[in-house]
Amino acid sequence: MAEPDAEVRSVDDEPTAGTVTALLRQMVVIREFEQATLDLYARAEILGIAHVSIGQEAVPVGVCSALRREDYITSTHRGHGHCLAKGADAERMFAEMLGRSTGYCGGKGGSMHIADPSSGNLGANAIVGGSLGIATGAALASKLSGSGTVTVCFFGDGAANQGLMLEVMNMAAVWSLPCVYVCEDNQYGEYTARDAVTAGDISDRALALGMAVHRVDGMDVLDVRRAALRAVEAAQSGDGPQFLHCQTYRYLGHGMSDRDRPYRSRDEETDWRARDPIDRVVRTLQDRYGIEFDMDGVRAEVRSEISQAIDGARSAEQPAPEAVRRHVYAD
Amino acid sequence: MSTPTEMTTPTTLRQLNLATALNEALREEMHRDERVFVMGEDVAVAGGVYKVTDGLLGEFGPSRVIDTPISEAGIAGLAVGAAMADRRPVIEIMFGDFLFLAMDQIANQAAKVRYMSGGAWHVPMVVRTTLGAGRRAAAQHSQSLHAIFAHIPGLKVVVPSDPADAKGLLKAAIRDDDPVVFFEDKLGYRSVGPVPTGEHVVPLGSALIRRPGRDVTLVATSSMVAHAMTAAEQLADRSVETEVVDVRCLTPLDLATITESVRRTKRCVVVDPGHLRFGATAELAASVSERTFGELRAPVLRLGAMDVPVPYSPSLEDLTIPSADDLVSAVLETMAWRA
Repeated sequence: MAEPDAEVRSVDDEPTAGTVTALLRQMVVIREFEQATLDLYARAEILGIAHVSIGQEAVPVGVCSALRREDYITSTHRGHGHCLAKGADAERMFAEMLGRSTGYCGGKGGSMHIADPSSGNLGANAIVGGSLGIATGAALASKLSGSGTVTVCFFGDGAANQGLMLEVMNMAAVWSLPCVYVCEDNQYGEYTARDAVTAGDISDRALALGMAVHRVDGMDVLDVRRAALRAVEAAQSGDGPQFLHCQTYRYLGHGMSDRDRPYRSRDEETDWRARDPIDRVVRTLQDRYGIEFDMDGVRAEVRSEISQAIDGARSAEQPAPEAVRRHVYAD
Repeated sequence: MSTPTEMTTPTTLRQLNLATALNEALREEMHRDERVFVMGEDVAVAGGVYKVTDGLLGEFGPSRVIDTPISEAGIAGLAVGAAMADRRPVIEIMFGDFLFLAMDQIANQAAKVRYMSGGAWHVPMVVRTTLGAGRRAAAQHSQSLHAIFAHIPGLKVVVPSDPADAKGLLKAAIRDDDPVVFFEDKLGYRSVGPVPTGEHVVPLGSALIRRPGRDVTLVATSSMVAHAMTAAEQLADRSVETEVVDVRCLTPLDLATITESVRRTKRCVVVDPGHLRFGATAELAASVSERTFGELRAPVLRLGAMDVPVPYSPSLEDLTIPSADDLVSAVLETMAWRA
């Protein structure tokens, strides 16, 4: 759904009203997509395991607005926003989550494994931190082939405690790989507060490797975008890997069964919701650009698109039984 | 396209050891395809601890022959990503035992990417590593873990037994579009055999009858093939004609060649350097039994490494590895059934 805008790569310019509006709309798309995912899960149309990213929309939208289509991303178990922001089609995403043959993975992956070569999406990953190696390897490939692409690795604060992060960020730093590590620090690894299990500041780990660190307000899409543009440009021009540490918040539970969230207070949630990334850009458009964003109209339009996407996915074929043995190896 | 179908067009045979034959395969494939690169601990400047990558740095430069930190998970993870992004990584995991450090990247990432993405992405990478006890290296440097990888759909598993096959199978593995775990017998690196020059490619998934015989089929893998050949010689002196089948690949597995042999001989003994319990011999023996039960004159017997961690002391370690004498005894045991 995201169309890259013309001035997307210019680092220092103040974004135009058109850009800001496009970023805002993209965040609305992700939020409505996630709301629809919750509904479909409640109706038992989406099965198994799914995680939504409501509250965190600014990070994927801001980061992916700094990328070209051929640049790579790797994503996480909470990956719908990354897929959409990088250019995935909502109908094929829903088809995947409904287990249909037209889904991005032919129904074999589901919510946690959506991958899309046409938009440079190397795939969501259901192992926490599991894609850190893949992203770094894709960046190594870019360096070896001279293709000039940049790879963004989205991961959470939980993944920062996986040993793999040290191994691959060390290699990326030693070899100056064009990789941008984007830590979506949503304050909780599953059901556990970050600070209860994480020593020091996560971005200090990148600093210790000599990596450029960008500390970002992950609830502000313009701040994310600004940092991402700088990081992508630096990575691409051979300055080595970059680390974006984005402070953000998962409004809902870890997964669909995490309804009560006993590990945190409702007051804390209210405080973070007061920093909502969508409301914030609506205000920015008004204050800085003098534009009254038609939220009701846009939301209705997006809901209609989402609804059509779901209808399309529902009417798609189930995978044929013979598909179960395909794609284990090259056919 | 996954399995090369070209066969050998040998021009000349030279006597090469296993390490040199593998080195030749790497060199030829790196010349053939500029996307192929080698990465691992001490593979570049040092040329590999077994000298398999010796000289490659000088020939291909540091961007294609890369010394890594001691980070097995990272090495494997980078290979997965690079393979998805149109490179052809060949990584070295110095000892098979260290594969466990890279297990998530190999088993949960490399093996799953093609299926999980519905074929959208694939992972043409090769993991070169070792197997085999007998080097007095104790429990963390002596394991033969190939069966664990053969348990995982999405991986191919190669267990060559001689230098010529090692060259031909490694070339096929590098050309394969799926992740291949390639197990080299670490005691065999200096063993010498005739190796064809040039385009010698052995397709993955073809077993080889190393020695024909009408009385019993001895199915062997990797280092156990040499023991099987020795045993067959000894058995011939006792008028037992043993057919030796070299499995060569656990995945894909050429059951047709194995079962056709057993249908001829009606008797079968399976031997593998890995642990017996839930190991490669269990799968091979069960598969043979399922397919040939009505024709067998004896139960299929199995020999493998003793189910203990590998001990250091030679007087203990040697007890854990099947010997040619053990194979002779097993074959004679099957011959005693319905003789």
